[in-house]
Amino acid sequence: MRRGPRFTAGLVGLVGLFLVWEAASRTGLVPEYYLRPPSVVLPTLVRLLGDVGFLRAVIATVLATLIAVALSVLIAVPAGLLLGSVSWVRRAMMTVVEFLRPIPAVALIPLALLTFGTGPDTKIVLATFAGLWPVLFNTMYALDELDPLHVQTARAFGVGRLGVLTRVALPSAAPFVLTGVRLTFAMSLAVVVSVELFSGGTIGLGQLVLEASAGASQMDVVLAGTVLAGVIGYAANAGLEKLNDRLFGWNARGGER
Amino acid sequence: MTDLSKAGPMLEVTDLGHTYQGKDGAHDAIDALGFSVGAGELVCVVGPSGCGKSTLLRTIAGLVRPSRGAVSLHGSPVDGVPADLAVVFQDYSRSLFPWLSVQRNVEFPLRGLARAERASRAAEALASVGLDKAGRKYPWQLSGGMQQRVAIARALAYRPALLLMDEPFASVDAQTRFELEDLLLRVRREQDTTVLLVTHDIDESVYLGDRVLVLSKSPATVVAELTVDLGAERDQITTRASEEFVELRARVAGLLQGVPQQRSVPVEH
Repeated sequence: MRRGPRFTAGLVGLVGLFLVWEAASRTGLVPEYYLRPPSVVLPTLVRLLGDVGFLRAVIATVLATLIAVALSVLIAVPAGLLLGSVSWVRRAMMTVVEFLRPIPAVALIPLALLTFGTGPDTKIVLATFAGLWPVLFNTMYALDELDPLHVQTARAFGVGRLGVLTRVALPSAAPFVLTGVRLTFAMSLAVVVSVELFSGGTIGLGQLVLEASAGASQMDVVLAGTVLAGVIGYAANAGLEKLNDRLFGWNARGGER
Repeated sequence: MTDLSKAGPMLEVTDLGHTYQGKDGAHDAIDALGFSVGAGELVCVVGPSGCGKSTLLRTIAGLVRPSRGAVSLHGSPVDGVPADLAVVFQDYSRSLFPWLSVQRNVEFPLRGLARAERASRAAEALASVGLDKAGRKYPWQLSGGMQQRVAIARALAYRPALLLMDEPFASVDAQTRFELEDLLLRVRREQDTTVLLVTHDIDESVYLGDRVLVLSKSPATVVAELTVDLGAERDQITTRASEEFVELRARVAGLLQGVPQQRSVPVEH
């Protein structure tokens, strides 16, 4: 297994983190009452995974994140292809994009709550907003990298403008798009949990953490939820990385990129 | 095989000129170019580096719109990319699509055909360049010479009336180059393809061509047109050693060197 050493190294790092956390908590470096040690948090997490209410919240969060990621891709890939291939559209839209992009999605929570209510719509809309940018920019810049000889080859075989876009530009941009999706997933998850934390009413991991933190009575649950969010993010990233290796092996071995 | 009896003017280039508008003024790449290629002919265009050979080829392929003059294929003017024309570029590593297998690369231009027809044409084309077992590989798994064979197979699978080749063998080693030259001669004999091949290599132009067009420095014009009477069967060793070959290559070399300096900007020291 090629992955063996890397996996072991990763595991060592993770164990190290837990050891530092355990020590910080046990020695009183951080008040143990707030930062419960992993020896308490991890069993709590295992117990919670058997709890239907908890699982439902986790599923709600993951589902909202997945929907947001899918919407981001559906919007940002065509938009990126358009901005990347039609220069006047790009010139016209870049100011708008550069204005919208720095706005933190979290800052829009109050506005979105009033507009979309406390249901899942709010977190999906905001997570989509936050997740658009990595995919949009990666698609757009991938088109800048598009090899003109690939385009000329296709055109010389009578492939039209739209055909060049779908049969040459899109596959050549695909690895960059997938890298964008990895960033998008992390951002969307963060925004979904943030909205849940903020708006309380909507079911999800964030809301669960929020409720457990009231009066600091259940800090082990708060931390278990936090650890789980990390695990979800890690698993998604690892899965997408595997997908990248499988689909785009040509890209790594091509040499030029 | 200068079988001119059946040769209609497949390709006709008349008074062709192209000017690039650059930041530091206009640059004439080609000017007042005129020649024709008959059906079934293999014509080599040889000229000094940077003389506008590639521009000429891209103009014929409809990739560049010429500033002046006209190109016509089967008697009808070229406006946009002609349907029955294929191009093999010098840089195979950038003209093959790395995300497609060899088979899919060869099938790429056959979009309109049924799946089975595409597959059989691709298999046939790959067999004709000696790569019948490489279909499932990816371009980056092949050597440079093999990649260029794939590019040639892709052009052949398209069954073009006219095959344009832009310095197709300039990026491979000498041994591979000889093999590919002979492959081209065999394939065009078997399939009766009309070929216009651009090169800066004098020997190659004589070895491959039925005719050689010698271009001047930029802006390129045709300074001479030589008929190569070496027959259809050519051999890397005996043909290249023959008196006719040696004499022809000397004439082409002389023409290339004797070309008067037509620089638009005089070089100052």
